[in-house]
Amino acid sequence: MFVFESGNVAAATGVKLSRAQVIAAYPITPQTPLTEKLSVFVDAGELDAEYVAVESEHSALAVCIGATSTGARAFTATSANGLLYMSEQVHWTAGARLPMVMCVVNRGVGAPWSVWNDHQDSISQRDAGWIQIYAKDHQEIIDTVIKAYRLTEEVCIPVMVCYDGYYLSHTYMPFEVPEQEQVDAFLPPYEYRHQLGPENPTSLNTVTLPGRRPDLDGNLAPGYMEIRRCLHTELRQAIEVYERVDSEFKAMFGRGGSPIAERYLCDDAEYVAVALGSMSNQIKDAVDELREEGIRAGLLGLSLYRPFPSEFIASELSGRKGVVVFEKALSPGNTGALFGDTRAALYECSSRPFLRNYILGLGGKSYKTSDFCGAIRESVEAGSEPCDHPGWIGLNR
Amino acid sequence: MKEQKTTALNLTDEEFVFPGNRACAGCGLSSLYRIGLKAIGRDAILVVPPSCLTVMQGLYPIASTQLSVLNVTFASAASAASGVRAALKAKKNDHTRVVAWAGDGGTADIGIQALSGAIERGEDFLYICYDNEAYMNTGVQRSGTTPRGTVTANTAIHGKQQQSKDLPRIIAAHSPAYVASCSAAYPTDFHDKIRKALGMKGLKYIHIHTPCPTGWGIEDRLTVRLGRLAVETGLYVLYEIEDGEMKLSSPSAKLLTKKKLSPVSEYLAPQARFKSLPEEAVEALQQEVDAKWETYRSQMT
Amino acid sequence: MAEKKLDVLTSDSYAGPGDAGRTGAWRVLRPVIDYEKCTPARKGKAACYFCWLYCPDSVVSKTIKPEIDLEYCKGCGICAEECPTKAITMTPESSFADEDTD
Repeated sequence: MFVFESGNVAAATGVKLSRAQVIAAYPITPQTPLTEKLSVFVDAGELDAEYVAVESEHSALAVCIGATSTGARAFTATSANGLLYMSEQVHWTAGARLPMVMCVVNRGVGAPWSVWNDHQDSISQRDAGWIQIYAKDHQEIIDTVIKAYRLTEEVCIPVMVCYDGYYLSHTYMPFEVPEQEQVDAFLPPYEYRHQLGPENPTSLNTVTLPGRRPDLDGNLAPGYMEIRRCLHTELRQAIEVYERVDSEFKAMFGRGGSPIAERYLCDDAEYVAVALGSMSNQIKDAVDELREEGIRAGLLGLSLYRPFPSEFIASELSGRKGVVVFEKALSPGNTGALFGDTRAALYECSSRPFLRNYILGLGGKSYKTSDFCGAIRESVEAGSEPCDHPGWIGLNR
Repeated sequence: MKEQKTTALNLTDEEFVFPGNRACAGCGLSSLYRIGLKAIGRDAILVVPPSCLTVMQGLYPIASTQLSVLNVTFASAASAASGVRAALKAKKNDHTRVVAWAGDGGTADIGIQALSGAIERGEDFLYICYDNEAYMNTGVQRSGTTPRGTVTANTAIHGKQQQSKDLPRIIAAHSPAYVASCSAAYPTDFHDKIRKALGMKGLKYIHIHTPCPTGWGIEDRLTVRLGRLAVETGLYVLYEIEDGEMKLSSPSAKLLTKKKLSPVSEYLAPQARFKSLPEEAVEALQQEVDAKWETYRSQMT
Repeated sequence: MAEKKLDVLTSDSYAGPGDAGRTGAWRVLRPVIDYEKCTPARKGKAACYFCWLYCPDSVVSKTIKPEIDLEYCKGCGICAEECPTKAITMTPESSFADEDTD
């Protein structure tokens, strides 16, 4: 069934189809219509879930932590300062290996106050141990939410599904809504390995020593570092799992096939643009324009940002002439975040392209297709001439 | 049907927490936690934020509590408990009890927002705040419930200058299903109040006074005696609040008809944390307590 | 390529005694019960049990002759303080130095 709806409604519909059982909701622009739609689904009896209107974002994730630990499928959503407020819990959820999905409707973080779009919010949480997937359009939003539940419950690592505030959350696009029976077949009911309850009493997330310590049977249990390392190695393994989940989704629903990134005209591209989120679509227009000028450009619209798909990036980008990373977030005082990750992934390649980095769109600063074209042309011309990273697009507009 | 009052004789000898745990010798919390779990039973999920109880739970991979426990971040006891309850509801389980156990710091200070929200939402669980009157687990720093004049690790020279929060009354102003005040000196009273609370729907709040030998600077053996003195001097009051009505529990109700209560100085004297309390402060405290009991007498007799 | 099975390590603990080891070693004073003064022992039937009730560490048995588990008793002395017949004396642990210990 095709509908013409907003990105927020796409997300809410994905959550409904995934049969989330506990929803924690605290309002923050531009996420609010998502949680409002969920309340309508619940009140109208379309979604059998407990809707908990919490008093803060920190509590929103606390509710989800309590709920998933007790064996219910949980969901929450937030943006910007809301995500930062729950940051302690973001780290906790991953360390506790709790499966859940959270939508981050990307928005710039204060200070200064901004309600408009950029990626600094979710990017600032990239080291928390969550899986991060960025959707490019409404179809990806609804499909990714469903895939995310399947993925998180298989690998026991929480998943952030990120999409651009306003550009996606509030715009309307046509997209297909999967059938409930098919989603039910794709996504079995939730079962948590350490379900809290009287059947097998456990104390979850107790204080853990640096060193290993024997358990009641005399076997050495892991220490803190072993447990954290396990999250790290299993995050890496999650890439393979996600690829499998995506191919199963494609087999059932007919969509997917590029879980890590969308490749646009990459096969013969000499210069590849890399970006996260909806701006990828706009960069495709720039790529088309540049091709007409004779510049063999291509786009790698990255979807999976964490765990960072280093192998994929290295194999995609090594051997190219140049790579231009466009992003809406940075590591202040350093370079763009995605740029840093990309550069590191390419470091050991024998054939390294030149790398350029452009920051744009912070706090919702406008950008045009001509900006992308200009940046790529500029990069092609400069080639591997050393330059100061990052460059900036749209300043003083 | 009125439930039989619990005594040492009829209280179950089944234990729900193992010995050899990390609670200090003579810990007031440990004493009440043990009795409280007898009232709660095994069909329960406990929620515990950072506090002395976290340490008592044990170091991975061994736990001291025989029930399922969810250890959570400091500010989130009440919201995590809300999540546990939501999951149980989603799974159509209406029998498993949800009980949060948090310290005074985790309730009056960092945890007050989540608790306030939980009551406002009408969440269904039991919240027990054990009040040893400071952040004991981190080395005796002052908290919102630390009494005025108390010497703590960060009010070491002049003692705490501010008054303490009357936490049960703050909670009562939210109109939860039930508010009660208990003490480590009256464990069977605590047991029965838990039983009563667990028979109700909605948010039930029980505040327990748990003397702390380590933080109060008293001999280990005086935990229960000091707790009793706190009540007999009228400083700490045992009561219940239901439907807006406050009812004194019998150890405190007895004091209504007593001519003179034990002087507060008798309670303060054995505690090193009150060593630097000047005479005037003790007198002022005595007057405060006397005035409070005058009010109770005029309202309740 | 077959996917590797995930370990999903978390710090989930299971209940047992002695998380802090043999807490009986904390004792400086040991509670000694004089069964001639102890009410249930004297009467030969269930009675009193204040020591059992107030013990923070559940190391007193609720038996006709209450007994203290010295493996874990921390020697706080609350039982001695609360015993209505003063049947319990807190005795220096050092006076039991000759005793066989495990």
